[in-house]
This record gives sequence, C-alpha cells and structure tokens, in this order.
Amino acid sequence: MRWLAEVHVRLRPGIADPEGQTIAGGLRSLGFDAVHEVRAGKLLRIVFEANDRAAAEASLDAMCRRLLANPVMETADWELRAAEEPAGETGR
Amino acid sequence: MSRAPRVAVAVFPGTWSERDFLHVAAVLGWEARPVWHTEPELGDVDAVVLPGGFAHGDHLRTGAIARFSPVMRAVEAFADAGGPVLGSCNGFQILCEAGMLPGVLMRNDHLQFRCDWQTLRVEHPGGAWLGDLADGETIRLPISHGEGRYHADEATLDDLERTGRVVLRYADETGAVTPDGNPNGSLRSIAGIVNSRGNVLGLMPHPERAAEAEVGGTDGLRILGSLEQWLVAQPAAAERRL
Repeated sequence: MRWLAEVHVRLRPGIADPEGQTIAGGLRSLGFDAVHEVRAGKLLRIVFEANDRAAAEASLDAMCRRLLANPVMETADWELRAAEEPAGETGR
Repeated sequence: MSRAPRVAVAVFPGTWSERDFLHVAAVLGWEARPVWHTEPELGDVDAVVLPGGFAHGDHLRTGAIARFSPVMRAVEAFADAGGPVLGSCNGFQILCEAGMLPGVLMRNDHLQFRCDWQTLRVEHPGGAWLGDLADGETIRLPISHGEGRYHADEATLDDLERTGRVVLRYADETGAVTPDGNPNGSLRSIAGIVNSRGNVLGLMPHPERAAEAEVGGTDGLRILGSLEQWLVAQPAAAERRL
C-alpha cells in the first residue's frame, strides 16, 4: 500500500544556524519584536510503497539514517500516514 | 618511480574544477584523466583528486548524493589501501559525507559565497600532498565556497588536534590564526584535515587555482607537486594495483 511521510530534518541543538538567525532578524525588522529564535530546517514529503506500517517505518528509518540526515549536525523525525491513491498534489 | 604520476580526477554532475586540475596536471607532466561518477573503477592510478564544484547541485546537503556514486566506492577502496586522495572544496565536502574524514562543512556563518585569496597556516606537513611544505609557514590559496564552515563535536576537534591532523588553518594577512582571518566561521579556523592514516587530505581552498604565477600565486603547485616526490619515496605505492 501507499504511504505518505513528512520528514523533518533539523539542526542539532547548539549548532550555529546563521540562516535561522537571519530569518529571526528579518522578522524583528518587520516589527515582530516578540521573536526569540528561529531555527531553519528541511521538510521532505515522501510518497512510497510498503506492505504495512511496520515495514513503512523501517524503510523510513533506513532512509533517514542512510541519506536524509547527517548525524554529525542533524536529526530527523517524521510523521507517517496512509496515502490516498493516487497520492500527491490534488485540487490543481 | 621514473614514469609520470597517474592521477584520476573524479567528475560528478556539477563538478567545476576538474579542468583546472587537469590543466595543472599537464603543467606538472602528470598523466591525469577524468573519471565520470558512474565508473566503478579508477584504473591503474597513483592518486585520486576530488575537485570542487556543486556535485548533484549540492541538493539535500553538499556531497550527500555524490558519496553514493559508483566511483566513490572505488575511491574508498583506493584510500583504504593507502592510496593518496585529495579532496578540494566540494571534494572535501564529499569526503566528509562519505565518512572518509570526520566532521561536516556547513553554510558560511555570514551566509555569503566567499571568493577571495586566503592566507593559511600550515601545521604538521608531510605525506603525499604536503611534503614540500614547512611546519608553521603561511601560504596563499584561493577560496571559493558558500558552505565551508567546518563543524565537528568538541571531542572530534580535540582528537584532530591531539593527533596532528589539522594541517591547514585560516589565518589573517600576518599569518596569525585569528577570528578576523577566518572567512567562514569554521570551528578552530580549520581549513584542511587529514585522515588518521594521513593519506586522505580534505581542504576548502583550491590549490589548482594557484599553480601559475600568471594567476596570482604558485603555492598550490607546491601542494600538488608534493605528490611526485612522495611517490618516489614509496615504491610500494607505485606498484599498487587496484
């Protein structure tokens, strides 16, 4: 069956994030003085096939470990749900 | 070894410095050939160069896709056998992603692409690529990168320094390693490191762009030119067949 995963790749805590700092500065310059911090990351939306949820989770875990995140600087977590078929962009 | 060094120059989609390396190789009298990323073998070579550029568009992370190329399996086997490997700029990023060198290269702290001449301090020279340099001397090489901020955890940084594997640091014009001389926010001003065996060098600067006086400097030629002397002293290397 078909699955939809949204993988969030984040910089590990404590690692300098100049992109996030620059975005925070941009928000403050627009008057959003309440902004304390912005951390930039990546959102990866993955549609894939797996027999069941356990297999889908195992597959996602392997994808994150092998390619999607570099453990030296990043962590990855994900949300997984069964996808409607055909999955993908709708309403266009 | 009496023949000219044979060098493979790995080329990925988006590599941009391979022609400069091939040009310098011709200046040095090397037999160099480009090796496309899909090739599973390097051929009969004495050394491997991973040039700069933007392999696979730098997508996801610099070097993240390139490290799984067939040619990288051959490069890893070559390095495991003790063969000299030099990765410059994007090549350094690929070596880190592949786990052949520790750490990672992140976005420059100022978020700008930086293309300039850079003063560097040499530490613990030796091996195939730095044998002609002197400990503590300063050299000038071009840098040209947007993601050159070296990062590793404190334990890794301490280990690199304790074992003498930090071989190039960014320095200011006087040769002092200072925050002002650091062009990208690299931790401990690290510009180049070697692996524990010493045969794999990764550096953000571009030695191939400083190999002729006409382009502003020849310190890069001293790095690349170290290889031939090293090979002469390593008959086993010249006989290696992979």
